[in-house]
Amino acid sequence: MLQRLSRREALTVGAGAFAAGVGLAAAPARALNDYADQIKNFTGGKAPVEGRVKLELPELAENGNTVPLSVAVDGPTDEDIHVEEILVVAPANPNARVIRFRFSSASVPEASTRIRLAETQDVIAVAKLSDGNFVQASRQIKVTIGGCGG
Amino acid sequence: MAEIKPRIRLDKKDVKKGDTVDVKTLVSHVMETGLRKDASGKPIPLMIINTFTCELNGKFVFGCDLESAVSANPYFEFKFKPTESGTLKFTWIDDEGTRIEMTETIKVT
Repeated sequence: MLQRLSRREALTVGAGAFAAGVGLAAAPARALNDYADQIKNFTGGKAPVEGRVKLELPELAENGNTVPLSVAVDGPTDEDIHVEEILVVAPANPNARVIRFRFSSASVPEASTRIRLAETQDVIAVAKLSDGNFVQASRQIKVTIGGCGG
Repeated sequence: MAEIKPRIRLDKKDVKKGDTVDVKTLVSHVMETGLRKDASGKPIPLMIINTFTCELNGKFVFGCDLESAVSANPYFEFKFKPTESGTLKFTWIDDEGTRIEMTETIKVT
């Protein structure tokens, strides 16, 4: 019994330490890169509308070296309007740009890959539609061990 | 560099018109970020696959521009609706200009 109690205590302390660790990781990222400029270049200065883009990432990545990423665009993708491109940027990586998917009229507007993330951050995906509009979504991901070498 | 054999999986090769084909591709490549240093402290130069494309009978289907933030051994999954039978050609190009190519045949009825 005594042993069990002390084990529970140990667990509690452990959980506390873990929470503290997560809190630390979620603290405001240091320097952000030029992701805003990269988005501006991509959209030609047009402001993307929030929504319609579904960006899927795990909530927590223990290893920033291979983080599964899926992105899809919802909505009317009829013959008239299709998704031309999707740009993914990572504001707290050494380089903002992550990947740029290019689609055709035969494409289903979704794609998956695996990416590297340096630290905890909000990854952003911006989609370019063939009618000239842009839509975007962002998603926070916590990264325990960064994946950009150093 | 040794001969690289990419792996490609199509969920079907006999396609009814209007059906969606799901494509998964994997190719081995270090995707060196240019940010790492070797044992002597010298930076290891950037060396990544920068372009991937998939074409059906020479017509563009899907592609992407890769940056150093794409993981080693790049994996992609995408979907498309083929309108004609023919040859799917997959091409990866890296910073040294090495082209890795592979083809698959699909039949649309």
